[in-house]
Amino acid sequence: MQVTMTVNGTEVTREIEGRMLLVHFLRDTLALTGTHWGCDTSNCGTCVVWMDGEPVKSCTVLAAMAGGHEVRTVEGLEVDDVLDPVQEGFMQCHGLQCGFCTPGMLMTARALLDRDPDPSEDTIREAISGQICRCTGYTTIVRSIRWAAMHEAAAARGQSEVETTVASR
Amino acid sequence: MQVPAPFEYERATSVDHALDLLVRLGDEARLVAGGHSLLPMMKLRLATPEYLVDINDLHGELGYIQVEAGQIRVGAMTRHRELLESAELAAAFPIFGDAERVIADPVVRNRGTLGGSLCQADPSEDLSAVCTTIDASCVIRSRDGERVVSMEDFHRGPYETAVGQGEMLTEVRIPVRSGGSSAYEKVERRAGDWAIVSAGAAVWMDEGRITDARVGLAAVGPNTTGIPAISDALRGQEPTEELFEQAGAIAAESCEPSTDARGTEAYKRHLADELTRRTLRRSVARINGTES
Repeated sequence: MQVTMTVNGTEVTREIEGRMLLVHFLRDTLALTGTHWGCDTSNCGTCVVWMDGEPVKSCTVLAAMAGGHEVRTVEGLEVDDVLDPVQEGFMQCHGLQCGFCTPGMLMTARALLDRDPDPSEDTIREAISGQICRCTGYTTIVRSIRWAAMHEAAAARGQSEVETTVASR
Repeated sequence: MQVPAPFEYERATSVDHALDLLVRLGDEARLVAGGHSLLPMMKLRLATPEYLVDINDLHGELGYIQVEAGQIRVGAMTRHRELLESAELAAAFPIFGDAERVIADPVVRNRGTLGGSLCQADPSEDLSAVCTTIDASCVIRSRDGERVVSMEDFHRGPYETAVGQGEMLTEVRIPVRSGGSSAYEKVERRAGDWAIVSAGAAVWMDEGRITDARVGLAAVGPNTTGIPAISDALRGQEPTEELFEQAGAIAAESCEPSTDARGTEAYKRHLADELTRRTLRRSVARINGTES
């Protein structure tokens, strides 16, 4: 069957099998290997991408189901060589070690901040509760997302220098 | 890599179209909504439909929460996140918020639907227990019209429902009575897991006395289980700790848990008892405005 969807702003059309999962479509057909593929059971969350602006676990969505929809992957976070603040936050606060869970974490974090620009630590932990990180113990991930929230708030206020006290807290 | 067996994919554009497809394709066709129950089963080859009818485009038609006089109607395609975020639903039935917060995780809740949860008919599924507790009924549609069945009649057994060939669940109707509230509690092994045991309670009161109460349990028998004996014991009584204790004892006695990897039968009976007490206590506190 033929499927057409928009991935990171570009319309793509491919011939696929009905049973192809979205995560494999992105990785194997479009070579967008930023989206990782982990547990295959909707538990680990490393395959999280957006469909029409909402995070979904792409190992449990058929590529066919994404037909006609807008998909955004971690490759779509960076714009004109400028990292998204959540990417920057993960760098600044050491939000990753092995990096395997990072793409999914970034996509979930970005969606969270779009809905709630000033999330509490509890809110952040709740938001990423469907995602498993085996390295960081989550502390630095939570810090990274807080960093991004503060950075964006400061940028919105027009401050050029961002206080990053949260990073050392 | 876990990949489903091959199947033909069809996409329905309306309820009528979905019903036409189901009739045309026969009993080898399955509807897929959010897909978070069916696709994992297909990956494990526990389900191998020849045709998959995608009904996600029906969200516009079947994704709604409508509050009317005497009842709330919820469309089958309403997603978990929408149930969790509905202020109207939370005001009438806080049990939905309690349950939704412990169903899987936020990303999964973006996809999963009310209808999918009920049609999966997993005995440990939270929304089924909620709907059993609050005496919801299910609207099943076919090309010939629609019929309405109680939750008791809807769930025939594990993974088996009253939805027949050429039919689909379109709506859940919840009766609304004044003076009531509700609560849900679940014990799980880790965040987002299936319940070891969970309990829902709904209580209605008038002038300090319980006019009606319902308790539903999940994961302690072949279906989610309503316990009429608790309703009988509570009606007409003033809510007290002793009364909740009595209800808990009935719950522990009347359920049918089995020992498995999640716990022993005795442990599950203990949970049924304790969670029944807690949810009744919390429902009453919510009615009285004294919830801590």
